[in-house]
Amino acid sequence: MLAHLPALQVVIPLISAPACVLVTRANWAWLLATAVSIISFVIALLLVHEVSVHGVLSYHLGGWRPPLGIEYRIDHLSAYLLTIVAATASITMIAARESIKQEIPPEKASLFFSAYLLCLTGLLGIIASGDAFNIFVFLEISSLSSYVLIAMGRDRRALTAAYQYLIMGTIGATFILIGVGLLYMLTGTLNLQDLQQKIPAIVDSRTLHAAFAFLTAGISLKIALFPLHLWLPNAYAHAPSMITVFLSATATKVSVYVLLRFFFGLFPQEISLQQFHLDKILLPLSIIAILTASFVAIFQENIKRMLAYSSVAQIGYMTLAIGLGSADGAIAGMVYLFNHAIIKGGLFLAMACVLLRIGSVQLEDFAGLGKRMPWTMAAVVLLGLGLIGIPFTAGFVSKWYVLSAAIEQGHWLAAIVVVGGSLLTVLYIWKIIEHAYFKTPVSATRQSQVILEAPRQMLLPLWLLVAGSFYFGLETSFSLGFASTAIQTLFH
Amino acid sequence: MILLPHLELALLIPLLGGALVLLFRNRPRLREASSLSAGILLFLYITQLLGQYHGPSPVHTLLNISANLSIAFQLEPLGLVFALLASGLWVFTTMYSIGYMNGNSEKNLTRFYLFFSVSIAATMGIAFAANLFTLFIFYEALTLSTYPLVTHKQTSEARSGGRVYLGLLLGTSIMFFLTALVITWIRSGTLDFMPGGVLEGNTQGLAAVLLFTLFMLGIGKAALLPFYRWLPAAMIAPTPVSALLHAVAVVKAGVFSVLKISVYTFGIDYLATQEASVWILWLAVATMVIASIIALSMDNLKARLAYSTISQLSYIVIGAALAWPAAALGGALHIVTHAFGKITLFFCAGAIYTVTKYTRVSQLNGLGHKMQFTFAAFLLAAFSVIGLPPFIGSWSKWLLIEGSVDTQHYIVLFAFALSTLLNCAYLLPIGLRAFFKPPDPAQTITGPGIQEAPLACLIPLCATAAATLLLFFYIQPLYDFLYPVFNS
Repeated sequence: MLAHLPALQVVIPLISAPACVLVTRANWAWLLATAVSIISFVIALLLVHEVSVHGVLSYHLGGWRPPLGIEYRIDHLSAYLLTIVAATASITMIAARESIKQEIPPEKASLFFSAYLLCLTGLLGIIASGDAFNIFVFLEISSLSSYVLIAMGRDRRALTAAYQYLIMGTIGATFILIGVGLLYMLTGTLNLQDLQQKIPAIVDSRTLHAAFAFLTAGISLKIALFPLHLWLPNAYAHAPSMITVFLSATATKVSVYVLLRFFFGLFPQEISLQQFHLDKILLPLSIIAILTASFVAIFQENIKRMLAYSSVAQIGYMTLAIGLGSADGAIAGMVYLFNHAIIKGGLFLAMACVLLRIGSVQLEDFAGLGKRMPWTMAAVVLLGLGLIGIPFTAGFVSKWYVLSAAIEQGHWLAAIVVVGGSLLTVLYIWKIIEHAYFKTPVSATRQSQVILEAPRQMLLPLWLLVAGSFYFGLETSFSLGFASTAIQTLFH
Repeated sequence: MILLPHLELALLIPLLGGALVLLFRNRPRLREASSLSAGILLFLYITQLLGQYHGPSPVHTLLNISANLSIAFQLEPLGLVFALLASGLWVFTTMYSIGYMNGNSEKNLTRFYLFFSVSIAATMGIAFAANLFTLFIFYEALTLSTYPLVTHKQTSEARSGGRVYLGLLLGTSIMFFLTALVITWIRSGTLDFMPGGVLEGNTQGLAAVLLFTLFMLGIGKAALLPFYRWLPAAMIAPTPVSALLHAVAVVKAGVFSVLKISVYTFGIDYLATQEASVWILWLAVATMVIASIIALSMDNLKARLAYSTISQLSYIVIGAALAWPAAALGGALHIVTHAFGKITLFFCAGAIYTVTKYTRVSQLNGLGHKMQFTFAAFLLAAFSVIGLPPFIGSWSKWLLIEGSVDTQHYIVLFAFALSTLLNCAYLLPIGLRAFFKPPDPAQTITGPGIQEAPLACLIPLCATAAATLLLFFYIQPLYDFLYPVFNS
């Protein structure tokens, strides 16, 4: 049983997805999706344990040995990411019932959950797979299902948002496919380990350059790295609330993982950095991303959009850390990814609560919410502090390591941008806080005074994330320790 | 005693007090009693720590965030004195708050007492920090926990005051303090406070100057020149907050950090040999003089006191930046001596407001006859802040001046003299006006009811005023206690 864990991690959500279509009752479909998410989380935790004890796990699908057969390969880095994705999935699903009931028509609920399970399958598959083509396939599974999920948003703008994402995402995926195809043409193999050994010999080939370029552009699109981020704000703002929670904490994160896996694993990092100058692309773009996206976030009136722009900026922090090129930088990037998943997932979950009760996430509708939804808004404040990077929160730990990685490399501009970005974060987070606590609703009717706290089923997961933000701000043996091992194995 | 290694108690007592405040939110008497008893308990605990003190304690690690980064506490003279000061004055302030907040029928008192306790806990964390990391963490916690107190009234003025407050304090600490911290960490490999500093041999010349400057600008709570606006902005808070936090705990946490960093991260000798503090010295001198001049032009009483605080904080920064043991010791003493004087002045301002709702200096004519005790206390405290003997303020000023002579910084000496004159010019007229000018006829109309403030306000302000006089004669033990910190 334990030996099959790498496969079960992907297969269980995969077969549950069609099963979910057969369940017509919305509540039962939700229950199934929740159960599968939790099972995935348990498997991910078991995998973390297995990897810590036995080292890398290699699973040969159908008994065919790599490089010919398809390999699932779980190392520290994969286990780390699997945990993040599966944990987010579980928390999202536990909280999802009320919000989904309100936003998705009951007859479509089972299809919705089925699409969600496919998306989960895709994301887990990307991480588990040790085969370049398989990664592409899972990427497409997750992308296609997320187009569907986004399109099920509350109003018709969700359709255009999904369409935008569909076009951009497909271009990205195509580029990745071309890149993988070129690699296959050059080396005759798709297995990541195998590719890694064959690439140094052909480093001068033009084709390899082209493959690298296609992969960079494709992955950057999926990451939403500036200036390829334009699909993200709309998609996050108009998707069903719970899908925003799920995707914000997983989809771009998994793409960051692919970046790391391809350019620091498949391509040995010396080649990526010294021959192909990946850092010369990542650093400036990340810096621009942090500054412009944070700046744009300040002026957003729709808070989901504000947080979406904030995500673009935060992704900039991760790619900046990775772009520094050092092991410390990559570790910082991974810690950032982990902590940001908790914080941003939590913030979007709080927005789901607000949307459920108030029916809007426009800034002006936050007036007086500090009194009306005290628990939700308190969570927003605490998570907001984490996003800014205040001590005691997980956000502080991640900012600290990115900053020290930048200074260690003597990259002063990056250091200034890291701290400057935090200040911009203060500006947009404080806009929400001031509205919630200092303004009274314009129409001071009796109705707008009533306390409207979100249901407990949403508040508990929300506060679990708040607690997580503080826990991982003080205790970093997993978030930092495991990431360090992961990066050191990747970098040899 | 078993209590000695458990420095966390200094944080736990105020936090538990805060929890009790929350528990008794519907029973005002119990709520106030729990706040007051937490104050007394904390003060007793710190006194007891002082009683058993025999040299710096071993570092006590509470939590390891990761390798090399830990939240750790240590007992050492400078921190102990700061903790004693803050906790002692907290007792007086709590008593005063009860009179003030009820006298002005302020709302949301549970939140007020709760965040007050949290701020004190953060202050204790700063006082006992064994490394820069811990210091920074609690420094930020103090900024955030005082924000709800500054914006207590929740009006639009409170909101914009809060913006300036948070913007400048968070901004400088993230931009400069955090960066300086990381640079120190990377260069020296440690953030621990060590006698003699940790930078010897790994940072020289201009780098040392820049690093010191970065630290000092980053400590916005010390209110150096470009970043002082937050302190006048914080005056929108209820007066007990201005009195304890913005004359003692918060601002003194700033200059306390300045001293700690100068002594234990850089080291006085290192500062002197590398001339790392030259820029900051001139900046502080400029701040001292300019803030005094601005204070002179302020008609709002609390704003005038705030600018006076800015100027006085620079005395302490100068003490550190002169890089000379006597001056630094003078700076450390000034933390204590200025605290007693300034808290009294704020208590008086609050008492006047409670009784008359007057906020401007020009409204105070003739009030001295109605509120003799308040204005007498005001004058005593003013003498102390100016630095006249026999008030405690004179001791620290004496040492600072001695330091400037020893280091042959005659311009600094001149600036001290000038600032003292300006102190007289902006503080004394307030008291004199109240006693010697005839009451404004337009204002006596509302005046018949005017009498002294409630006893809960009056007792603390008389007590701290008396302390400025009495402690003059008992400064020696404090001097001896702090002496080894600067003369190792």
